[in-house]
Amino acid sequence: MALLLILLPLLAAAVAVFIKVPAIRVRVLPVTALVHLGLLLVVLRGWRELPLNAWLGLDALGGWVLLVISVLFTICALYAPSYLALRPDRDHRVFTVCLLAFLGLASLLCLARHPGVAWVALETMTLTTAPLIYFNHNRHSVEATWKYLVLGSVGIALALLGTLFVAYAAHMGNLEEPLHYTRLMAEGERLSRPWLRAGFVLTLVGYGTKMGLAPLHSWKPDAYGETPGIVGALLAGGVTSCAFLALLRIYGVVAAAGEGAFARELFLGFGILSMAWALVFMVGQLDFKRLLAYSSVEHMGILVFGIGIGGLAARFALFHLAANALVKSVLFLSAGNIHRSYASKQLPQVTGAIRRTPVSAGLFFLGFLAITGLPPFAPFISEFNIASAALTLGHPLAGTLFLLLLGGIFLTMSDTVMQVVFGVPSPQRVRTPYKDTFATTAPLVVAMVLALGLGLHLPAPLRAMLEAASQTVDGGPPATSAKVAEAPRGLALMEVRP
Amino acid sequence: MSPDFLIALTMLTNFTLVATSRVNKAIQLAVFQGILMGLIPLAMGLGKHTHILLLALVAIAVKGGFIPYLFRRALRQVKIRREVDPYVGYTVSLMLCAAGTGLSLVLAHALPLKAGTTPTFLVPAALATLFTGFLLLVSRRTALTQVVGYLVLENGIYLFGLLLVEEMPVLVETGILLDLFVGVFVMGIVINHIHMTFDSTDTGFLAELKD
Repeated sequence: MALLLILLPLLAAAVAVFIKVPAIRVRVLPVTALVHLGLLLVVLRGWRELPLNAWLGLDALGGWVLLVISVLFTICALYAPSYLALRPDRDHRVFTVCLLAFLGLASLLCLARHPGVAWVALETMTLTTAPLIYFNHNRHSVEATWKYLVLGSVGIALALLGTLFVAYAAHMGNLEEPLHYTRLMAEGERLSRPWLRAGFVLTLVGYGTKMGLAPLHSWKPDAYGETPGIVGALLAGGVTSCAFLALLRIYGVVAAAGEGAFARELFLGFGILSMAWALVFMVGQLDFKRLLAYSSVEHMGILVFGIGIGGLAARFALFHLAANALVKSVLFLSAGNIHRSYASKQLPQVTGAIRRTPVSAGLFFLGFLAITGLPPFAPFISEFNIASAALTLGHPLAGTLFLLLLGGIFLTMSDTVMQVVFGVPSPQRVRTPYKDTFATTAPLVVAMVLALGLGLHLPAPLRAMLEAASQTVDGGPPATSAKVAEAPRGLALMEVRP
Repeated sequence: MSPDFLIALTMLTNFTLVATSRVNKAIQLAVFQGILMGLIPLAMGLGKHTHILLLALVAIAVKGGFIPYLFRRALRQVKIRREVDPYVGYTVSLMLCAAGTGLSLVLAHALPLKAGTTPTFLVPAALATLFTGFLLLVSRRTALTQVVGYLVLENGIYLFGLLLVEEMPVLVETGILLDLFVGVFVMGIVINHIHMTFDSTDTGFLAELKD
C-alpha cells in the first residue's frame, strides 16, 4: 500500500511520456496528485505501526513531510493546466514527466528508512528537477540550470561522504548493515564520536546546500528567478523540505548518540547566518521573484534555527515546514501570474498590480503578510513559538537576534512588495492578454485558506503526529501513541496553540 | 599489484590533473583515474565477493567506457582544445593541490581507523582526491573541465566507500553508481545546451544573473 505512493507517480510519469495530446497530458497531473493525496491519507493512519526493520515505511516525521509535499503538489498540479495553457509556445512533455517523477521521488525519500536509500532519492530528485528549471530554454535559464546542477551535485556528493562517515562510525562500533535509522538511533552510544561528528558536519553542508542555507544558497535566487512560479513553489516548499528531512534523519542519529548539543550549535549558527544574509540581499531587491528566493533562504534559516533551539521550538520548526510550504505556494504562483500579466518581474516595470490583476496581487500581498509572521496565519504561530522558546530555553541572545532579523526582513520586504502591489502604474508597462481567471487563482485561494486554517486550529490527529515527529527529530525512540500522551508538555502554558 | 601502489598512482593523477591545460588530456586522466577506481577493490582482494567483483567491473565499464564516450561526443560538438585563462593558474593550482593533500593527511590522522584496516592510505587519498575535484570545479571556466572535477570528486568519495564496501547493501551501492552515471549524462546534455545558446562552453559567460 505504502509502496503505491512511490509507484503511482512514477507510473503516471511513464504514461505521460507516451500521451501525444498536450491537453490530455497535463490532466494527468491533477489526477495523480489527488489520488496520491487520498492514498497518503489512508496510509497515514498506520504511522504508529511501522516495523522497526522495514526498508520503506511512513513514521510520524516522514508522514508529516510527505503530507506537506503532497498537499503542495496538489495545489501546484491543479494550477498547472491553466498555466501551461498560457505557454503554448513551449513543449511541456518533459516538464510534466519531471513533475510527476519529483512526486514519486519525494515519496521515496519520505518513506526511506535507510540513509543510503534517502540519499539516492534526493540525488535523483536533483537530476529530475534540473529540466524543470530549464523550462524557458533561454540564456538565463541555461545559466540557472547549470549552477543548480553543479552546486546541487557537489552538495549532494558531500552529503554522501557524510552518510558514509556515519556508516563508518557504526562500523567502528561493530554494528553491521543494514543500518536503518531506528537501529542507528537505538544503538547510538556505540557509534564512534569523531566519525559521527565529521559525518554530521558533511551532511549539514551537503544537504544544507540543497536546502539553500547561506552561504551555500547561491544557486537559489537564480533558479527561483528564472523558472515558472509553479516550479519555484515546488522547489521552495518541496525539494528544500526533502533535503531538510534527510538532514533531520542524520541529526536524529547524532542526537540519539548524545552529540546533539554540538549539532544544535551548528544549526543555530547556520540559521542566524541565513536570515541575516537574506536580509542583506533583500534590501533594494527589484526582482520580486529573487525576493521570494531570499525569503526562502530566510525560512530555511528559521527551520534550522528552531531545530537548534530544540524542545518545543523543534516541534514548531516542523510546523513551520508546512506553514512555509503553503504560503510559498501562494507567493510563487501569484508572482507567476503577475509576471505573465506584465511580461516582467522587475520593479520599475511592475507597479500597481492590484489594478490589473486584483486577485493575484491581493493574494501576493496576503502571502507577504503571512510569510513575514503576521497573525493569524500559520507562520505567525511557528515564528512566535520558536522565538519564545529561544528566549526561555536559555538562548536570549539568539532569540533577540531572531526577532530583530524577522522585523528587519518585514521592513525590507514590504518596501518592494508595496510598490509591486500598490505602486503608481509605470509608464513603461507592457500590455499582455493575461487576465486573472478562476483556474489560475482558485488553487492559490485554497492554499491561503489552508495557511489561515492551520494558524487557527491544528486538528488532533495532526497534532499527535507532529509531537511524535518532533520526538524522532530529537533522537527519541520511535514513538507510540501511548508514549506521546505521557510526554512532558514542557512549556505548554506559554505556548500559542494553533 | 598492491593496492598501495594504485592509491599512490591515484594521488599522482590528482597532481597531473590540476597542472594540465589541455581539456582532452584532463579527460584522459579522469578516465585513467576512473579505471584505477575499478582496479583498487580487486587489488585489495575484495574480488572474492561476487557482488564486489561485479561492482568493480561495472565501475570500470562506466568510468572507463560510458563516461569517456559521453565526453568524446561532447568534445566533438563543442570543439574545445585548451582551458584558456582559468580562474586559478596552473602553478597556484598545483601548490593548492599539494597543500590539500597535506591537509588530508593531517585530517585523516585525527580520525581513528578500525583495527586491522588495510590499506591505511585510503582515507587521506580519498580526502585528497575529493579536494582535487573541488579545486578543479571552482578554478576552471570550461564546463567540460568542471564535469571532470565533479568526476574526480566522486572518485574521492568512492575511495572512502571502499572501506565500507563489504558492509554496504548491494542495492544502495548500485543506486549510487547509477546516479553518478545519470548525473554526468544530464550535465552532458546541459553542456550541449550551453554550447547551443552561447556558442561556447566557457562558464564565464554564465554570469548574467546576479544581484
